[in-house]
Amino acid sequence: MTPLLLEHATMPVLGRVDPLATREGQIAHLAELARQIRIQDLKLVHHAGAGHIGGDFSAIDILATLYAAVLNVDPGRPGDPERDRFFLSKGHVAGALYTTLAAVGFLPVTELATFLQPLSALNGHPNRTKVAGVEANTGPLGHGLPIAVGHAIAAKLDGSRRRTFVLVGDGELQEGSNWEAMMTAAHHALDNLVLIVDRNGLQQGATIAETNDLEPLPAKAAAFGFSVVELDGHDHGALLDALSAAPATPGRPTCVIARTHKGHPISFMSDNVNWHHRVPKATEFELALAELNPTGLSRTGLAGFEEQP
Amino acid sequence: MIDALTTLRPTEEQPLFDCRDAYVEVLADLARNDQRIVAVVNDSVGSSKLVDFERAFPDRLVNVGIAEQAMVGVAAGLANGGRIPFVSAAACFLTARALEQIKVDAGYSNYNIKLCGMSPGMAYGDLGPTHHSIEDIAWLRAIDNMIIIVPADPIETVAAIRWAAEHQGPVYIRVSRMAVPKINPDDYRFRPGRAVTLRDGDDVTLISNGTVISRTLAAAHLLAAEGVSARVLSIPTVKPLDVEAVVAAAAETGAIVTAEESTISGGLGSAVAETVVDRCPVPVKILGVPEFAPTGSASYLLDRYGMSPAGIRDAAVQTIARRA
Repeated sequence: MTPLLLEHATMPVLGRVDPLATREGQIAHLAELARQIRIQDLKLVHHAGAGHIGGDFSAIDILATLYAAVLNVDPGRPGDPERDRFFLSKGHVAGALYTTLAAVGFLPVTELATFLQPLSALNGHPNRTKVAGVEANTGPLGHGLPIAVGHAIAAKLDGSRRRTFVLVGDGELQEGSNWEAMMTAAHHALDNLVLIVDRNGLQQGATIAETNDLEPLPAKAAAFGFSVVELDGHDHGALLDALSAAPATPGRPTCVIARTHKGHPISFMSDNVNWHHRVPKATEFELALAELNPTGLSRTGLAGFEEQP
Repeated sequence: MIDALTTLRPTEEQPLFDCRDAYVEVLADLARNDQRIVAVVNDSVGSSKLVDFERAFPDRLVNVGIAEQAMVGVAAGLANGGRIPFVSAAACFLTARALEQIKVDAGYSNYNIKLCGMSPGMAYGDLGPTHHSIEDIAWLRAIDNMIIIVPADPIETVAAIRWAAEHQGPVYIRVSRMAVPKINPDDYRFRPGRAVTLRDGDDVTLISNGTVISRTLAAAHLLAAEGVSARVLSIPTVKPLDVEAVVAAAAETGAIVTAEESTISGGLGSAVAETVVDRCPVPVKILGVPEFAPTGSASYLLDRYGMSPAGIRDAAVQTIARRA
């Protein structure tokens, strides 16, 4: 096993974007943060010898944008009742969530090296009782959206302005529980709820279109009462604008359909169904690392995340 | 008086109660005093008798429609927001349809969710096994963090609901619609994980809960008439089980009969037997439902499966005969 993660424990941390920075500055910050999270996640999966790197890389731009620029959360007060909520419904991309949480200070970057190790808090799927910043234990698909709907109702009952975000995989929408929850969200006019669909078009064994097609997804979401926004899920500017501006329509829940690529932006992983939970071999690890680090810095010069004060 | 209880029919001295009435009364009382209390239902306002609750707290009754998986998830989200959701739904659909949500969102996530299984057991006797909830105890017993309570009467129902509202974590409570007499005294205090000795005895211990308690007490009365001294333990908390009371019963009476309105696989009887085998092996007879039951009222079906007072008495006599 490589101790790469530990080597980078003292690297500078990017953390959250400066709210006073220009939009261009914020987008550049998010792009660099997402690149660093991918490098860390690549190391995480390589180090652990397991993980879901394809789905991780599909979702990292969304996670980075949420945690660095959108969510009103504070690593120093992870239980603050007025925090925004983010539920990761596609729990198998726990690695992406852990590296993102480490990037913004919810857990020490050194802890990432324990991913999947015996007795680690970093299970293959997130656990809210073990990891600060995790809101629900997910893994089985179709659980996150109903929970998010329940929380959004709670926020309405409280008269609170806090928002609820949930990230589902597109394949996950084959679970009927999501559509039950969408009906409830619309019925309760939950404009404090943002459903983000990681629309990479692939599920574990094949494309979604080949398995049990979801199209026309935007029309279905709209028919279920959501205000639908379609965007490129790797475009930080588009994500920043849409997620910051939600609700797209007052009185309606928002559904952001984020078109993504599984394994993005690695040339040999992108849109390749084989990378659902394949672990990079040594040569693949080096190739992927080089693609994420085109400036050719030495490996130890790559950014990691340091422990937050 | 408990010991004089020999008939299962309502009389002037022994009226019968629908525990749902007690449930809705205590839930409304809790809600009046605690803003965090909310009800979550699956189109079950009427069958849960929550019409008045909805009228009093319209915003605090979340009706997700006929959608049990989302219902439990929504309850988890409400708990995430600091609310105390009481999910009220027919026990058969609540536990079967949403079993993974109960495992993951309630149990594994350890959210503060109260699951109230309405009309459990064979309350919907005539509707057949699709509507019987006899597997719920077995399923939920296997889930970590889950506390399982099967109240015997309206007094115990109220006490258990009040306790559940205070407890941090997931709780499953059966709320019976089958008419039952009051068993417990008005000043009864529910103690989680503790058995209640309704009657002491030396020759055999009869263990039951829920709707079978009155039948079990009647069986003890029949046994007494035959010179057999039966201890009667009410075990409202199936999980965690009162291990000490069960071990003491095995050691002191040498024979145990359990009776419950649920499957014989994995229910109260199984929990008792697991404990007895491990700690103090004695003969144990488990009375319950061994199959998909035929059509019939709950009362008829309990009789059919050996849980009439005479049936429980006979099981006790046979089990005593098996003692070493």
